[in-house]
Amino acid sequence: MGQVIVVTSGKGGVGKTTTTANLGTGFALAGQKVVLLDADIGLRNLDVVLGLENRIVYDLVDVIEGNCRLRQALIRDKRYENLYLLPAAQTRDKNAVAPEQMKQLCADLSAQFDFVIIDCPAGIEQGFKNAIAGADKALIVTTPEVSAVRDADRIIGLLESEEMEDPLLIVNRIRPQMVQRGDMMDIQDMIDILAIKLLGVIPEDEYIVISTNKGEPAVTNEESLASTAYKNIVRRLMGEEVPLMELQVDDSFLGRIKKMFGMKG
Amino acid sequence: MFDLIQRMFGKNDPCSKDIAKERLRLVLVHDRVNNSPQFMEMLKDDMIRAISNYVDINEEDMEVTFTTENSSMAIIANIPINSMKPKSTGRR
Repeated sequence: MGQVIVVTSGKGGVGKTTTTANLGTGFALAGQKVVLLDADIGLRNLDVVLGLENRIVYDLVDVIEGNCRLRQALIRDKRYENLYLLPAAQTRDKNAVAPEQMKQLCADLSAQFDFVIIDCPAGIEQGFKNAIAGADKALIVTTPEVSAVRDADRIIGLLESEEMEDPLLIVNRIRPQMVQRGDMMDIQDMIDILAIKLLGVIPEDEYIVISTNKGEPAVTNEESLASTAYKNIVRRLMGEEVPLMELQVDDSFLGRIKKMFGMKG
Repeated sequence: MFDLIQRMFGKNDPCSKDIAKERLRLVLVHDRVNNSPQFMEMLKDDMIRAISNYVDINEEDMEVTFTTENSSMAIIANIPINSMKPKSTGRR
């Protein structure tokens, strides 16, 4: 039986879909059989981030309502072996499915795949409840900003009351220079406030925008820092011990002089 | 000029991330308490039990609230007392 992982956050726009797409592609590149499940019914985006928007015939709601077989709705990504997508419906809303149905679907999927990764919608309503229903494990994505952290804390509380143990934290879009200046909370701050185990840290990376533009997840690019960070998380989820990336800013005297004159460090 | 020198040698200002952290600390306590009504109930029940060893209190009019004011947190309890309990029934 494969592992069912939900990627959630509470706050919108912190990187759940990007994380789901990159972890999924990362797992596939590491030889695992993965299915990505877009649980954001009505506002689907996982398909577009993966570059699979033209391949959708059936979706999650079709499967649950019995309009098609699961096999027919699964989109196999031709670029990476063993990566599949089950897209969300775009013309329905989150009340179209119930938690028990999602639970059954996840059980069916985990019988066929090594990893099932669910892209959870923002919020704490029906969409969230559906997305977590079938999951074994939760990854909480947050950015080092007050509103994102507040919402992440709420989600942690809700997961606890659903008896989902030990969520793991992903801190996304960290900017080492701002952290250095004291203008952005750092990793230790995140851990102190949210008090859950840290899984990984993703630096702010312009390449993410480019990768979404092209529909090619960043993990396929060797040079992107975010790509390395996502790949490290994949390795950790597969049981390997990987140290956190060094996100150093050139804070030497010379570095500061250069900055004053507008030169890159 | 001094500003320039300070920047070169890096000074320690009260930085915005510490402000953020402090604000979050208070906001989260508030959120956690408000989102878990059982928490306040359990706290209240435990307080009633402990205080009732010494005084006879008016449980219905008892109020227990969490406040965050001037960046400090406090539990404020208003516990109307009906009467003192006789010494002989004081329990540990």
